[in-house]
This record gives sequence, structure tokens and C-alpha cells, in this order.
Amino acid sequence: MEQNSAIHATHEHYDPIGSKLGMWLFIFTEILLFGALFIVYSVYRYRHPVEFHLAHQELNVFIGFVNTVILLISSATVAMSITAMQKGDKKMTLILLGITLILAFVFLVNKYFEWGAKIHHGIYPGSEFLLSLSQGDILFFGLYFFMTGLHAIHIIVGMVLLGWVYVRVKQNRVNQERYVFLENGGLYWHLVDLIWIFLFPLFYLIH
Amino acid sequence: MTGNTTIHRMPSYLEYEGKYKGILGWLLSTDHKRIALLYLYSQTFFFLAGVVMGIFMRLELIAPGQQLMQASTYNALFTVHGLTMIFLFIIPGLAASFGNFFLPILIGAKDVAFPKLNLFSWYLFIGGALIILLGMFTGDGPPDTGWTFYAPYSLRTNTNVVLSVLGAFVLGFSSVLTGLNFIVTIHRMRAPGMSFFKMPLFIWAMYGTSWIQLLATPVVGITLVMVIFDRVMGIGFFDPAKGGDPILYQHLFWIYSHPAVYIMILPAMGAITEIVTTFSNRVVFGYKAIALSSLAIAFVGYLVWGHHMFTSGMSETSRWVFSLLTFLVAIPSAIKVFNWSATMYKGSLDLQPPFWWAMAFMFVFMIGGLTGLVLGSVATDVHVHDTMFVVAHFHYIVFGGAGLAFFAALHYWFPKMWGRMYNKQIANIGLLIVFIGFNTLYFPMFILGIMGMPRRYYDYLPQFATPNYISTIGSWILGVGLIIVLVNLFRAKKASPEFIDNPWNGRTLEWEIQSPPSLENFEEIPVIERGPYDLKK
Repeated sequence: MEQNSAIHATHEHYDPIGSKLGMWLFIFTEILLFGALFIVYSVYRYRHPVEFHLAHQELNVFIGFVNTVILLISSATVAMSITAMQKGDKKMTLILLGITLILAFVFLVNKYFEWGAKIHHGIYPGSEFLLSLSQGDILFFGLYFFMTGLHAIHIIVGMVLLGWVYVRVKQNRVNQERYVFLENGGLYWHLVDLIWIFLFPLFYLIH
Repeated sequence: MTGNTTIHRMPSYLEYEGKYKGILGWLLSTDHKRIALLYLYSQTFFFLAGVVMGIFMRLELIAPGQQLMQASTYNALFTVHGLTMIFLFIIPGLAASFGNFFLPILIGAKDVAFPKLNLFSWYLFIGGALIILLGMFTGDGPPDTGWTFYAPYSLRTNTNVVLSVLGAFVLGFSSVLTGLNFIVTIHRMRAPGMSFFKMPLFIWAMYGTSWIQLLATPVVGITLVMVIFDRVMGIGFFDPAKGGDPILYQHLFWIYSHPAVYIMILPAMGAITEIVTTFSNRVVFGYKAIALSSLAIAFVGYLVWGHHMFTSGMSETSRWVFSLLTFLVAIPSAIKVFNWSATMYKGSLDLQPPFWWAMAFMFVFMIGGLTGLVLGSVATDVHVHDTMFVVAHFHYIVFGGAGLAFFAALHYWFPKMWGRMYNKQIANIGLLIVFIGFNTLYFPMFILGIMGMPRRYYDYLPQFATPNYISTIGSWILGVGLIIVLVNLFRAKKASPEFIDNPWNGRTLEWEIQSPPSLENFEEIPVIERGPYDLKK
């Protein structure tokens, strides 16, 4: 069975299983990318436990919590859009994708206010105020801005990707028979969600 | 189906005209063979640039005292030589060129799984190279950190580190996507009947390589981005003044960059396996052992990075653990060498140029491998760490191993790629001169290292003069040899085409199709019924 679909794939240049396999491999690389940062985080947290503990109290747990909920819901809506596509409901697919994109945008707005408040207080990488604090504070906020910033970039990439999927669905080029592109977009969005699920406790919750 | 008996010939991939003509037909082609040639040409160009820089470095070191350049120029030169050779020639190496060309053909496919992504990878490769090039000619001059970008120096120096690091990051992206493409291709596009253990051994090597590319590169990628942000925004990840840890940088760097050595050498070993088998006219000895040793090398290669840090501050326990793990890599490597020897034993050897290149490879690779054990043992490493011994060792592995295998593969597959044959006698003479030059150039460095001459220095004490002098002369011999080899191949490319579909009597799939291959490789997807090296009925 698998052999047959492989032959089919070479002739038609369409292989949904291969495409999904490729996406999963790419997701592994993204996890490793953040994995290196988690190592750096744990090393420096081990070296400066007290400063990390005190610095984390500066973060706004409420905004972090709201953003976590937003991403979890958006992950659900993108998964539902795939189901809608499988059932051939194009309109519902577009609505659910649209909701996902709006939620992603709301996440970024929240992030903007959160970062803005920190920067307003003089806490940003290389700032005079931050450099006057202890080494643990410098590293904590350096990691905070770098890791949440990198995550925000992934949100933007995910929005571009899902926006592209949206257009393709509208053009019927992603349809009930061929929806692997939508699935891959969804997989990427779950990755973005997943990384946040790790970032949130690391920065906001751990005592 | 071999030789002149082929009646029906399709237009080859070189002649085929698709949507675009002329140069655009190459730059926008998604054909894996054309992309392979794009890689081959650009890599060869970078290799020659690296050679020129190397010759200038050797010229500076011909005698004690200042010869040609100042210390700062020398520092920039060895950095850019390293960047060019490592990132632009040997890491893409055989995987990007010969892998792209022959991986689909050897598994009986018409192309890779994601042809557009394949072309995109090449553009990332060229983009990364251009960024590095930009870093050399703009700002405050080329970087002088060594290709390893060790912190904290890479954070402090005024030279153009950011662009070089960014270029390396982009190249890493290209590497990841190529690896991803190959893994999916191997899993999904094998011809019917080709189980994993019926794949040619070059494919096994490429499979291991692709996993390393995929799993190791992201770590160095993010580490390089951290260096950029340390420099641009002053975050302080690796800056001791802000609590950062430079040793942590070394760990993260070598977690990738040691496995990267196997990205370089595994495809080389794969190509050598094909060559040794073909010219021994025997079924390869220990097929499964060679196949699985590729995966073993890929796996153990992840666990040995610490041996780069024996002298940078590390607990006694981690030193002996890393030393032991390093020794373990020798086992799968030796399995391959012994199996090559066993394949040749009682084989009917056909002494053609690619075979001689393979022999040269085995000779220098064994010297490189055995001296690697000297560096892998903590006690001896402490003595020769950061001396010319290390320089000699890695040139024996990287240039002598992967580089010579690159040329071996080029001579082996040349008739298939262009449908023409080079002058075999000149090829042999060129190889002989390269071989002599190579050993004259690098062997004295072992002696210099044991005598205590440090690496990366542009000047040295008078007692190191003689070996340095011999070494510099070796660099000229090597240069002459390379010119002969390349001119010979270049002239062959212009020669008249021949019907040489299977000049070496090879048994793997690529020798069953026409030379040069047609656009789609196979008119009909082959059905595999025998092992890759079994004699035909």
C-alpha cells in the first residue's frame, strides 16, 4: 500500500505523507533551536537562583496568562479548521482560520504593551538601568527579551503562513482532497503554541 | 542496456529546455541535477579561493619573522580561509553536489521530494556566501576570530563579526533544508522493491548525514544569533562582565560543530564505498556493517563535543567520559576501513583514476584518524592542544578525507554527469602530485606540533624553521597538482561526447541510465529485485 502511494507520488509530485513528514522534521529543528536557549536558561538560572527568582516577580503574570489562553484557543480553532476542511466546509474553514489570525494579532498587541511597559521602566537589553543591576538580572531580562522576542517572530511567521493558507483555501487550491498545506500550517501553529507553553512557566510562574 | 547498445536516447538534462532558456534555465531550474551542478561550480570556486588564501598563509610562514603581512592581516586571513573552506566548501561538500545529483538516481526516483525547496536551499547557500563576502569588504575589515567565533573575543573585536556570523547562520538554514529534503526523499521515493537494506551504501551515508544536518545545525544557528545580539544589543549571554559564560559558548558551538565533522566525512565515506566496490568487481564486504556504521558514526558523533574543551576548564570526570566517547567513534570508522580492505581482498582490481583517488583517501584518512586518537586522549591532548599538530590532524581529516573523496567522486561520476571522459593518464599524474604535495604540506605540521609550535601564530622561533620551510614548498606542489587535476577535468568537459553509459562496469542504478541522464532520469521507474551490488544475471 505504502509502495503504491510512493509511485503515485513521483508521477503526480503530490505526496501528502511526505509533506507532513517534512513539516514534522522542520518542527524538530525548531524545537532544537529553542532547546539550546532552554539550556542557556537553565545554566544561568542554576548560577543565579536568587536574582532569577526576584527578577521574575517583575513580570506581569496576568498578561502572560491571557496570552497563554489566547494561544490555546487559537490552537483549537486551527485544528477545527482542518476538520472543517476535511468535511468540505470551506466557509467554516475560512472563518476558523480568520479567528486564529485575529487571536494571533491580539497576542502581539498584548506583547507590545507588556514589552512597552518594561522598556518604559528602562528595562531592555543594554540599557543603563539594567546594567546597573546584578548579573543575574541582566541575564534574566536578556533571556526574557530574546526568547519571547524570538517567539514573537515565530508568531509573525505563523501568521504569514496561515494567511497564505487562507488565500489558498479561498482560491480552492487547498480543498477537501488536497489539504496538506492547511495541515502543515496548523502543525506550525501548534509548535508556536507549544513553545509558549514552556516559556510561560519558565519566566512567569516558577518560584 | 550498457555502452553503445542503447538505441533510444532522450535529450539529456544538459540540453533540455524547459520554461526558461539560457542562464535562467539553470538559475530557476528545479531539476536536482542542475541544482547539483550549481552547487558543484560554486563550491569549487570557493575551494579555489580558500586554496589561494592558504598558499598566502604558508608563504608568510616560510621563514621566521615578518614576510608578507602584518599579524592582523594574518589573523583575518586564517579566519576567512577557515570560514570559506568549512562553511562554503566542505560542509555542503559531497552532500550538496553529488548527493543532490545521485541520491534520487540511486534510489530510482525522478527528483527529490521537494524540488522547489531544493533550489531555495541553493539560494540560501549563495545568500550566506554573499553576506560573508560583504563582511570581508565592508565595515572595519574581515573578522579575525578564527572560524569558531569564540567568545568573549568575538564580542570585543572591532572587526566585522556580525556579518560573518549572520552569513554562517543563513548557510546553516540551507544545510537544514537540504537534510530535510533528503530524509523525506529517502523515506518516500525509493523505487518499488528497494527496501532500506537494498539501498546503495552512498544513500546510507547520506541518510546519516542528513540527520546530523537536521539535528545539529539549529543549535549552532541559535548560538550564532546570540553572538549577534550580544554584539549589537549588549545582552551579555557570553560576556563574562555581564555574568555570561564563554565556556558555555564553546559547548553550544561544538555540540554542532563536532557532528559537523561527520557531515563532512560521512558522504565522503559513502562515495569511497561505491568506488571501492565498483573497481574491486566484487559484492561489497559487510554491507550491513557499513550501512549501520554510518548511523553509528552519526549517533556517537553527537556525544563527543567535549574533547574540544579538555584544556578549557572541565571536570576530571567529564574529561575521561568525553575521551572514552571519542574513542568509540573510531570503531564504526574502522569498520568501514576494514570492510573496504576486505572488499578489495581477492577482488579483481581495476586500477582506474577514481580507484587511485580512493586509495589516496584511505591512506591520509587513516593518518588523520589515528592522530585523532592522540587528540582524543586527555593526557596527550594537553601536550599538543592548540599546536600545529591539531592543524595537521584536521587537514588530514577534512582536506585529506573529505576533500580527496570529493575529487574521487568527481572522477568516478564525471562520465555520468557530462557524458565525456577525461584523460586518465593526466588524471593519475595529477593525483600523484596532489598526494605528494599534500603530505609534504601537512606532515611537517605534526612534527612542529610535537615540538611545541602553537597554531594561529604568524611568526615563530628559529628552531621551527626547517619543517615550516618544507611545508610551504609542499603547498606549491599541492597547488600545481590541483591545477593539473582541474584543467584535465575542464578540458574533458569540452571534449566530444561519447556513449559511455557504464565506463566502470558499475552495478548501481545510475549506471543503468544514459550519460548524461535525461531530465526525468528514468523513463520508467525501475523495479528493484536484487541487492545494490549483486552481479547481474
